[in-house]
Amino acid sequence: MPKVTYTRVDGSQETLDVPAGTSVMQAAVSNGIDEIVAECGGNLMCATCHVYVERAHPAVLPEMQADEDAMLECVESERRENSRLSCQLVLPDDVEEVVVRLPESQL
Amino acid sequence: MLEYTAPATDIDPYSPEFHDDPYAMYARLRELGPVVRLPQYDAWVCTRYDVVHHVLSTSETFRSGAGVGLAHLGREEHWRRPSILLENDPPHHAGVRAALMGVLTPQNIRRLRADLEPQAVEIVDRAIERQSFDAVADIATPFPLRAFPDAVGLVEEGREALIAYGRMVFDGMGPKNDIYDAVMANADDTVAWITAQCRRDALTPGKLGAQVHAAADAGQLTHEEAALVVRSFLSAGIDTTIHALGSCLLALAQRPEQWRRVHEQPALVKRAFEETLRFESPFQKFCRTSTGPTRLADVDVAADEKVLLLVGSANRDPGRWEDPDRFDIGRNPVGHLGFGTGIHGCVGQMIARLEADVLLGELARRVESVELTGEPEWQPSNSLRGLRSLPLRITPAPAGAAGGT
Repeated sequence: MPKVTYTRVDGSQETLDVPAGTSVMQAAVSNGIDEIVAECGGNLMCATCHVYVERAHPAVLPEMQADEDAMLECVESERRENSRLSCQLVLPDDVEEVVVRLPESQL
Repeated sequence: MLEYTAPATDIDPYSPEFHDDPYAMYARLRELGPVVRLPQYDAWVCTRYDVVHHVLSTSETFRSGAGVGLAHLGREEHWRRPSILLENDPPHHAGVRAALMGVLTPQNIRRLRADLEPQAVEIVDRAIERQSFDAVADIATPFPLRAFPDAVGLVEEGREALIAYGRMVFDGMGPKNDIYDAVMANADDTVAWITAQCRRDALTPGKLGAQVHAAADAGQLTHEEAALVVRSFLSAGIDTTIHALGSCLLALAQRPEQWRRVHEQPALVKRAFEETLRFESPFQKFCRTSTGPTRLADVDVAADEKVLLLVGSANRDPGRWEDPDRFDIGRNPVGHLGFGTGIHGCVGQMIARLEADVLLGELARRVESVELTGEPEWQPSNSLRGLRSLPLRITPAPAGAAGGT
């Protein structure tokens, strides 16, 4: 079962078992990780599920499409090279480990 | 002549019986199968969450360009040309939608809050003065009718025509029944009015409508397309929010312990609104058209067939939701299809959420309890679900006489 680790701003971490086919956002929202707000419920409309991807092993996460790229311009915290909208990070079959850092704020 | 071996039914989703209690009918339809033939309408109907979600997410196989109502726009006369946003397909759709999304950024929408808050205060002030009123006429209708066209940059006068146009759009998606005939009665005047308001010179500079025209300056659209985009946006954004707000107030009025929770913790209005979009979806039914022969659940759909999606049923599907017929602000309804999903997912949804947060938030803070004082009445419609009247009495909170946050 793939594991996703969420690193908070204060450095603390929470690791969840997340089945392939679930998004990093869905797992967070279902497990009370409030730093991911996901106001639009995964419709790429709100830019409030922002994460920084630090590790994805061994597989790569879904490639960024144009509309996610456009929405990332709207994130509240700094957009970095490794910024993604976690509603688009649906875990592929062969990923074992994903580590994401949570931003300062979503709103 | 195609022969269908899939289950067929004469249950009529456009009948008065269906309208009185859609949820009982949805349950019966769900039991017949995931995809069922409606010979009366020459269409397939999908009632379960997984199939509806799949169709909405597979726009290359189930397109919108042939119309999102029962009428096949490629084959028959219709009251208007296909909507440039709602009834458009890739590749043209993508550019049009991107231009509008460029105007409806989260930051741009959040900026509207400062304009909406005083409007909500006024409406709640009046409601508290009256204490007993029709919440559809006095709360659910005036707020969106002011907030949304203000945000787009429309003139003040004549805005009731927006409701008339919205009804044409939404009720025009159904069969040519009495409802359809009634909303089309003043079609020419209504269409003329709204078309005039969407031209660049009629729109207030700097507001959302003007910004869509600015996108045309930047070459993302033609100016003619910009006006059509503004019109499409206006048509979809009023009736739906009016219905959502009314249905939310009804659901809470019927469940005093949930109103109490929202009053004690006004941040919960967000959850109440999302749960309303699931429980009483304002936009209940619309269609797609198959682009080729395809297998859908256990059925073979031929090319160019209409597929009716019952979103109101998908949002109550026990296969997806625990205790689906229970309205519960404690539930996380993320994943509901009240705003659709996929490339045609509601482009105005963040504005709708903002409106609800501002208006319901103001009410939640200042009103201690809400009760029904009569039977609510549902508005007959060929695709929407919402109230025509909602008689309520409110008890203001002791500190509730003063407005504002």
